Amino acid sequence: MSLLRRLAASVARHALMLSIAIAAIYPVYYMLVTSLKTKSAWTADQFGLPFKPTLDNYAAVFADGRIPVWLLNSVLVTSASVILATVVATFAAYAIARIPFTGATFLLRLMIALMVIPPAVLILPLFLGFQPLGLVNTYQGVILIYAGMIVPISVYMLVSFFRTLPVELFDAARIDGASTLRILFSIVVPLSAPGFVTLIVVNALWVWNELLIALVFLQDDNQRTLMAGLTQFKGHFSVNEPLVMAATFLSALPMLLLFLMGQRYFVRGLVAGAVK
Amino acid sequence: MTAIPRVRSRRRFDATPYLFIGPAVALIALVYGYPIVRIVIDSFLAPTASGGKTVSTANYSNVVADPVFWKSAGNNLFLLIGVPIMTALALLVAAVLFERIRGWRVYRTLVFTPYILAVPVIGATFVYLYGFNGIVNTLLRDTGLGGLAQDWLGSPSLVVPSILSVIVYREFGFGVMLFLARMASVNVELYEAAMLDGAGWWARFRYITIPQLRSVIGFFVVIELITMLSWVFAYVYSMTGGGPGFASSVLEIYIWKNAFAYRAVGIASAVAVLLLLATSVFVIIQLFVRKGDADTGEE
Repeated sequence: MSLLRRLAASVARHALMLSIAIAAIYPVYYMLVTSLKTKSAWTADQFGLPFKPTLDNYAAVFADGRIPVWLLNSVLVTSASVILATVVATFAAYAIARIPFTGATFLLRLMIALMVIPPAVLILPLFLGFQPLGLVNTYQGVILIYAGMIVPISVYMLVSFFRTLPVELFDAARIDGASTLRILFSIVVPLSAPGFVTLIVVNALWVWNELLIALVFLQDDNQRTLMAGLTQFKGHFSVNEPLVMAATFLSALPMLLLFLMGQRYFVRGLVAGAVK
Repeated sequence: MTAIPRVRSRRRFDATPYLFIGPAVALIALVYGYPIVRIVIDSFLAPTASGGKTVSTANYSNVVADPVFWKSAGNNLFLLIGVPIMTALALLVAAVLFERIRGWRVYRTLVFTPYILAVPVIGATFVYLYGFNGIVNTLLRDTGLGGLAQDWLGSPSLVVPSILSVIVYREFGFGVMLFLARMASVNVELYEAAMLDGAGWWARFRYITIPQLRSVIGFFVVIELITMLSWVFAYVYSMTGGGPGFASSVLEIYIWKNAFAYRAVGIASAVAVLLLLATSVFVIIQLFVRKGDADTGEE
């Protein structure tokens, strides 16, 4: 009886998890199999495995040439803004975490509050303010915005990482005559390396996936980021579903591969950004 | 009179922290400070007949009189329904995974995958899956429920629930991940004692897991409420653009269209101010949630 109940409970659990897991991964499967079909094969059977897989759609995506350009733009914009924000936030977080000064607590609270302000609130004044400065439709403009938007979460996360380092370490270094900069770069940064990795993952994922700012601030076709470009590509070729799915799958691939290689860091980063 | 501050400053004033926070403060002033001040000012400036601008509340009264604004705000409010659904689902899945059932690592990876995919990627795919001959309708037809087949994203009455399902689909994996991480630090003895007392699965879930996870659940709920109110632009834009008509418009789409398609700076600014105020309510809650965490020394 008890054995039977345990068996039933186990079956129920696996049934639940299997159905959720299949649903979770189904869109990826659909992207991939659709992208390997010709348009006529797709019309005949949307969901099955491709009877005769073809790479024509991928060839067409590369012949069009924009997806690779957009991919490079995304790499540029993401790395530049994440690097800028990380450097700026490292100094700020160190000051807040380790140097007592008036306003430190207020600044940290401010960061937490700013973390949830949506881009939609900020884009119009930024656009109107950037226009006379010639920063609209430039990488510099968009990099500044992204860097600024991820500074609050970066400071917040780094403060909590820095605070976990033992105080004795700082005292010892100071007695040995190390300067503040020396302490920061020879002690704090190396010891917080795992924290930096998680922070960079969270921020890179956010910038890479962001759409609204990318649409508004990079409007030239050859300047677009991958995600903004993808929405345009989809519009141009909406009648050729396999082609759109090939472009979509290619757009998803970099993050998907990074996630599968470094799942630990993604999980740790996203959880730390939230719970810490 | 002047001697005291001079002595103080010589002994205590240290410019280092201010130099260190300078760049961060400058970036924040540019990206958050300036825009917030400017939307407040612009929202009270209305164009006059002569082509100038005058201080008035006309933008706000125009917004309030616009049915599309109410439709958009109503859609954001409707999306809030997704928060309890995804929270409950994520808790359940996390609890099952936490029992380390066979293959739990694989399940965990799969469940988390949608959250890694970018919204435009998911949006592009669901446009087809929810299409007239998409997987949902095909499954319905294959099971003899063809009468229920719908144009999920093309019908004004179904489009918002359909978008909601996609948001839940992507965001719930994040909840699973958060809850699972927190469960790992729940004291195992609590479960062992409960099992000795004969508590079943549900009792343990209800009286140990949920209370122990209270603060992280609260945090997830607040984050997702904020998401539903003010971070859904990419979902809507990539699936419907706010259509058909204005059926799936949300406040972000409303701001974006007024700002860049209609060039109505005053209107867009007024709604941005309203959205900021709505979000601020949750910002305050968020500050309390985090503060509580800090006080209890939880990670």
